Amino acid sequence: MTECRPEELLAATLAAQIPDVRHIAVGAASPIPAAAALLHQARSKERVHVTILHSRRYNSFTDGGRELFDAAAQGRIDVFFLGGVQIDGEANINLVGLGEYPNLTQRFPGSFGSPYMAFVVPNVILFREEHSPRTLVRKVDFVSAPGWSPEGVWRRGGPRALVTGLAVMTFDAPRRRFRLTSVHPGRTTEEVRNATGFDFDMPDRAPTTAVPDAVTLGLLRSEIAAKLREFYPDFAARVFPVPA
Amino acid sequence: MSVFAPISLDDLVTQVPDGALLAVPADYSGAPMAATRALIRRGARNLRLVTVPQSTLQADLLIGAGCVTEVETAAVTLGEFGIAPCFTRAALAKTVRVIDATCPAIHAGLQAAEKDVPFLPLRGILGSDLVKHRPDWKTVDNPMAASGDPILLIPAIRPDVALFHAPMADREGNVWIGRRRELATIAHASRTTLVTVERIHDGSFFDDERLAAGALPAFYIQAIAIAERGAAPVGLFGEYEPDLDHLRAYAREARTEAGFRAYLAREVGTAKAAA
Repeated sequence: MTECRPEELLAATLAAQIPDVRHIAVGAASPIPAAAALLHQARSKERVHVTILHSRRYNSFTDGGRELFDAAAQGRIDVFFLGGVQIDGEANINLVGLGEYPNLTQRFPGSFGSPYMAFVVPNVILFREEHSPRTLVRKVDFVSAPGWSPEGVWRRGGPRALVTGLAVMTFDAPRRRFRLTSVHPGRTTEEVRNATGFDFDMPDRAPTTAVPDAVTLGLLRSEIAAKLREFYPDFAARVFPVPA
Repeated sequence: MSVFAPISLDDLVTQVPDGALLAVPADYSGAPMAATRALIRRGARNLRLVTVPQSTLQADLLIGAGCVTEVETAAVTLGEFGIAPCFTRAALAKTVRVIDATCPAIHAGLQAAEKDVPFLPLRGILGSDLVKHRPDWKTVDNPMAASGDPILLIPAIRPDVALFHAPMADREGNVWIGRRRELATIAHASRTTLVTVERIHDGSFFDDERLAAGALPAFYIQAIAIAERGAAPVGLFGEYEPDLDHLRAYAREARTEAGFRAYLAREVGTAKAAA
């Protein structure tokens, strides 16, 4: 088996969460989701649009900052990635701070577009590399974006899956509960349980997350790496060093 | 007569009154860093900042220098270099009031002001704790629906002043913003628009349809100053890249109040201004 870097495993794992869609958008400062979106595009037989807000070349919006949100509101964006300083068992995410708002004990940057994108984009994939009781909590201190909505509130989509450095979980919105789908190679379900601050459903035996095959790794290291070099030069240099 | 004359940077920032509601763009659409430094040197006070929709170094400097009493924002961060240190300190100490928002709400508020209507409705957001803490955002029942359909109303945001940096102005005082159309939205929504530019284009953008498509007409703009590399150390679309070493060093230095003061004295020139 080819040696695979953690970032490559995560990019391939995120790509595996992307259903057959027309348009995938990736927010700022998200090199691994960007790699996943480009990988999905490269492997798709259909035409897939990828918008990477961090890039000039892969950001074709011409009508200002609102266009992403307006296009998403109309259902023109099928997949979006969201992170969270805290993510809880009901797929709520917190990007604002710790403590009782506004009396915070720790302040984070802010909610960005999350409370909007989490509603209007059909397939939201949550991604947080750090999988610990600090990041995956029972209840977030502040709900930037709710993971589910009560009956009667318009909502097209929301979180479908959570990918971390340890595992993959899928989110069942009607039951407001995550289910462990796979555990990354070399990790155990016990480790996942201990590192997770919320309750989740566990299959009797959780499979191991699929390691990217040689074709996928080849794509990541050539075509995708070349694209990433344009807008994530530091990440590309670290993860996909150009062979001497 | 339609010819305009650029003014000095110092004269430009005297047109930002203390206490103004000041709209500034995100880094990708022309952060007016030279003007921000001039604003700090002039000793601006009690500014109410609206970031469209987020900010990095610009908001952090204005907050750290004591120019700001409140900031409406979707996020203030130094991105890959970590937290915005002055914003974070001020938010925790409550020396600045943070009015937490989300990107599409800031865009919608400005669009309401463009149309001069009191609000725009937006989907989503309901159930976010933002709504609990924004009494000015109202949830109503969609009057067009047959049955219950709650929807959020975002009030118009009407900045007193918009301030941004762009690649060029022409001889008639039109400003070229390319595809960064949020700059047009900010200008349309604001009572006064002040712009710094890299250079003056000899002629009119309206003589060339390709340039006209990216032009903001002069009648929205009150004053223009020339500031070469006026967005640095942040980058400017189509012109230059951000100075990553500078931003990385700032993130480190401004972690302490003393470090931030040293940065201000060195990079902004506050020591000279105070002397």
